[in-house]
Amino acid sequence: MAYKTVFGSLDNFTKGRIDIINDDPKHYVFSNLFEVAKKSKPWEKVAVGINQEYVLEAIRAEGQSGWYSCDHDETVICMDGDIEINFVKLDNPVAAPGKSGSVSINGEPVGKKMGRVVLQQGHQALLPKGSAYCFTAKKTGVLLQQTILGDLTKQRWSQICLS
Amino acid sequence: MSTAQDSGVQTSGPNNFGYNDYVLGSFKFNRDEFFAHVSWPTGSHSISIDNFLRALQRDCAWDFFYGTVNFDHVVGTINHYGTVDLFAGRFNEAYRKAELDHSENFQTPKIRATFHSMLDNWTNSTFDPFASPAETQAPWGVKSGSNTDAVTRRRVAAARMVGVKGDEQIRTDATGHPINRMFADVPQGEPQVFAEPGFEGEIAAFNLFAYLSRSNVTWNPSVVSVCKESLYCPTTEEYILPIVHGNDRVEWFIQLSDEIVWDVADRETGAPRAKVTMRAGDCAAMPADIRHQGFSSKRSMLLVWENNSADLPGLIASGKAPQYPVSF
Ligand SMILES: [Fe+2]
Repeated sequence: MAYKTVFGSLDNFTKGRIDIINDDPKHYVFSNLFEVAKKSKPWEKVAVGINQEYVLEAIRAEGQSGWYSCDHDETVICMDGDIEINFVKLDNPVAAPGKSGSVSINGEPVGKKMGRVVLQQGHQALLPKGSAYCFTAKKTGVLLQQTILGDLTKQRWSQICLS
Repeated sequence: MSTAQDSGVQTSGPNNFGYNDYVLGSFKFNRDEFFAHVSWPTGSHSISIDNFLRALQRDCAWDFFYGTVNFDHVVGTINHYGTVDLFAGRFNEAYRKAELDHSENFQTPKIRATFHSMLDNWTNSTFDPFASPAETQAPWGVKSGSNTDAVTRRRVAAARMVGVKGDEQIRTDATGHPINRMFADVPQGEPQVFAEPGFEGEIAAFNLFAYLSRSNVTWNPSVVSVCKESLYCPTTEEYILPIVHGNDRVEWFIQLSDEIVWDVADRETGAPRAKVTMRAGDCAAMPADIRHQGFSSKRSMLLVWENNSADLPGLIASGKAPQYPVSF
């Protein structure tokens, strides 16, 4: 038997559901990251998971992003699209020591080029602490970022979650 | 009964079926051709040996995991991170009301050594408790060899991310990880990585979906990436989660492929609360006051996301942190 593995994409996803027996659906904070990205502006970092200070952000990857940095490791999974990430080792840190979450860099980062990666669906990349990084969507898609709640994180739970 | 001095494992020699009997505090464990039999001062309980070994395998491999590992509606463990409760009827409303529930606390090394010894002794050569039931033989019958390699698999735990220089490495045919039959269609290309000289240890990417397509175990979350205490613990799921997990903190699921249905019940009583159907791209929290068990008809990829903070269970138990991740 040939099995078909079903992944989701911006244009093709089927959201699941909650059948309540004795509970409040809001307790499950249930959203679909493709649906969230479909309704987001390019590069908006919309929380789809939160556990105390930690968040998962769904990002609509379209065109080119600005530059970001962070004082801790982060990761992204390319859930859809073709995404290039360029990295620069910052001469001077932009994110203050101990600062949580990603921060925006105004203009171009100053430092040595570290390299780049090109991600397709299902690929995960490290966004190493102290680097600057910038995304280019060669094909529009969706990133899922593992990070900490920061200035750029958008929380719009009542708009994205089953209730 | 003999007591091994180093581990404190209390075990007898082989019974009529060839398996060792075990004693842990006032709990007694023995197996026959079909069942694990557990007894304690106020009762006894039998569990089909396939289910028991699959549950015991997870409890051993995860070192008692987060919170409660219910083997079924009667027997299980609670992790106190240094000590472990072994219980019967503790999370069963009828046992509680009848005051027939029983719980004993053990130093983790003692219960760990007993459980590891039992798992190894009770697993025959052709049964792999971590495998999908479609990919292993049956555990029934009298003792017939052992499968130590299968029951002592090394648990993957990345320090930063799989694929980073010096960290956990990707899976290939050469590492003994062929593509699973149900993931034969998953693209295997690795991302292009161009690191400038001197940054080879920092610039890293890998094909997570390909990595998961080559997992040879089911229902076994293991760490692939780390952001402080935020752990990505993806796993491949086929058939039924062999335990019912009772949360001591909020846990999150991101469904990466296919579909899993979760039966969610009250952590204390087991009363059903909801059925959560998750498909690719769905994100959902499992609150800190529930128990859950998953069902996956086709092998699927699930990203389990954990907050590993040691303070969390205490904060939630004392009401200082909420049972639910966010209110809106
Ligand atoms: Fe769980």
